[in-house]
Amino acid sequence: MSGDDVAILGVGMHPWGKWGRDFTEYGMVAARAALADAGLAWTDIQHVAGAETIRNGYPGFVAGSTFAQKLGWTGVTVSSSYAACASGAQALQAARANILAGFCDVALVIGADTTPKGFFAPVGGERRDDPDWLRFHLLGATNPVYFALAARRRMDLWGATAEDFAMVKVKNARHGLANPNARYRKEVAIEEVVSSPIVSDPLRLLDICATSDGAAALVVTSADFARRHLGSLDGVARVRAVSTATPTYPQTFLELPDFATDSHAVVAPPALGFKASVVHRAYEEAGIGPDDVDLAEVYDLSTAMELDWYEHLGLCAVGGAEELLRSGATALGGRVPVNASGGLASFGEAIPAQAIAQVCELTWQVRGQASGRQVEGARVGVTANQGLFGHGSSVVVGI
Amino acid sequence: MSDSGGDRAAATGPAEPAIDGWFTLGGPGADGGPRLIGSQCGACGTYAFPPRNGACPNPSCDSDTLEPVEFSATGTLWSFAENHYAPPPPYVAADPFEPYALAAVELEREGMVVLGQAARGVRAADLRVGMSMRLGVDVLFTDDDGVDRLIWVWEPVGGEGR
Repeated sequence: MSGDDVAILGVGMHPWGKWGRDFTEYGMVAARAALADAGLAWTDIQHVAGAETIRNGYPGFVAGSTFAQKLGWTGVTVSSSYAACASGAQALQAARANILAGFCDVALVIGADTTPKGFFAPVGGERRDDPDWLRFHLLGATNPVYFALAARRRMDLWGATAEDFAMVKVKNARHGLANPNARYRKEVAIEEVVSSPIVSDPLRLLDICATSDGAAALVVTSADFARRHLGSLDGVARVRAVSTATPTYPQTFLELPDFATDSHAVVAPPALGFKASVVHRAYEEAGIGPDDVDLAEVYDLSTAMELDWYEHLGLCAVGGAEELLRSGATALGGRVPVNASGGLASFGEAIPAQAIAQVCELTWQVRGQASGRQVEGARVGVTANQGLFGHGSSVVVGI
Repeated sequence: MSDSGGDRAAATGPAEPAIDGWFTLGGPGADGGPRLIGSQCGACGTYAFPPRNGACPNPSCDSDTLEPVEFSATGTLWSFAENHYAPPPPYVAADPFEPYALAAVELEREGMVVLGQAARGVRAADLRVGMSMRLGVDVLFTDDDGVDRLIWVWEPVGGEGR
């Protein structure tokens, strides 16, 4: 473990589901589980890094301090991060920066969500200066529309089929069967996916992830603290990289919630597109490449999007994701299992908790504690995730 | 205007754009069709859509002046989708809801992809990535005052089919 590494001493989750309860209840369960896993008390925590969402109230309410108060004021310092679906990774980065700067030794990273039924919709009111509001009003461009645009390109450019997309769902559903935190724990057949109702053509209901309630938390510490607390760093998972890169101009792939891409009329597109660049920066910081990765947790907002991530992660060449999937390489037992947790297909998305949940899974995997879904010999894992407005993240966890 | 039938067809009463300053309605004449209105930087020449004021999006350009510019009316289909469920408000959905397609079209001169609804009656089955598309205008919804609110749409050029 190098001096730049931050130790992950504890991980915890509240199972994903749909109950509509106060999101702080879920957060408390996750926090207490992470503290118990670390063998630490709440009063040992020096900093709380909260991951925010817009859905449970105004930013000051859905914040690090919300959880600090819920756990009982101790004078702990707090930070609060909003980065859409990448909020959890930004919260981890805030905690990590505090630790590496020497401002604290022990931090709690936490995200929790309660989601409404149906399509995500923009914040209410008539807000004609908000592109997120306007894309719904003027186009009816829901999130699945953007997933569908990306999926259609895979079909028309690379020959992807509805059955390929369905195979991703079948794989992830199988992975999630034994995961006690997954919302859906049921095998799914290809025929069920391809006969489910079309939501946004070419994607069907079972191609698109649900929205869920859930919470995830991490206890992260300096290497010195971990060594003092445990006597040794053997078998301790660590954060080897956190990337929260934004796009480089011009961003030439149409991403939600945009009406248009940037222009490449004057400035040539960068060598790496946005999502590949997010992952690349994490690889660079960790000093690894795609061949060093034992498993990946990626944001399968849709089945087709998981295939895009194979390419952004460098697991195959652009246009090669369908072949990689069909080969079985990304299933448990394959060369580089993707979404061993079951992914969003088995969880549904709980926005501020999701990027943290990805790190929880990698931690369990590199510790060899992922019962029923363990990737044999896992030592290095990578996450990938993307949200609205140019937010994205990638975290490398190693042991 | 699209000439397709149905209760959401071309405007017959008063009509106004659903949003000001993002597209022209066009008029008579050989090249009088509707156009998207974007922005162009007078210094570096890059483009932006939706139209905006202020800083040029090019990080290497320090211009603070963007000028309105009419975009190309034709381009190449980058991708498309088709909604089979009514989007939530603030979308004003037809009742009963009819599935409709959306098209993202790449404009060569501007070096951009611009999303829009497909013209009324154009369905996903009619579309294919790479085909030629042209800008049109259609009715998005009729507001509480009986005014047809108009929106830009993309339609295949010259009856090209899948």
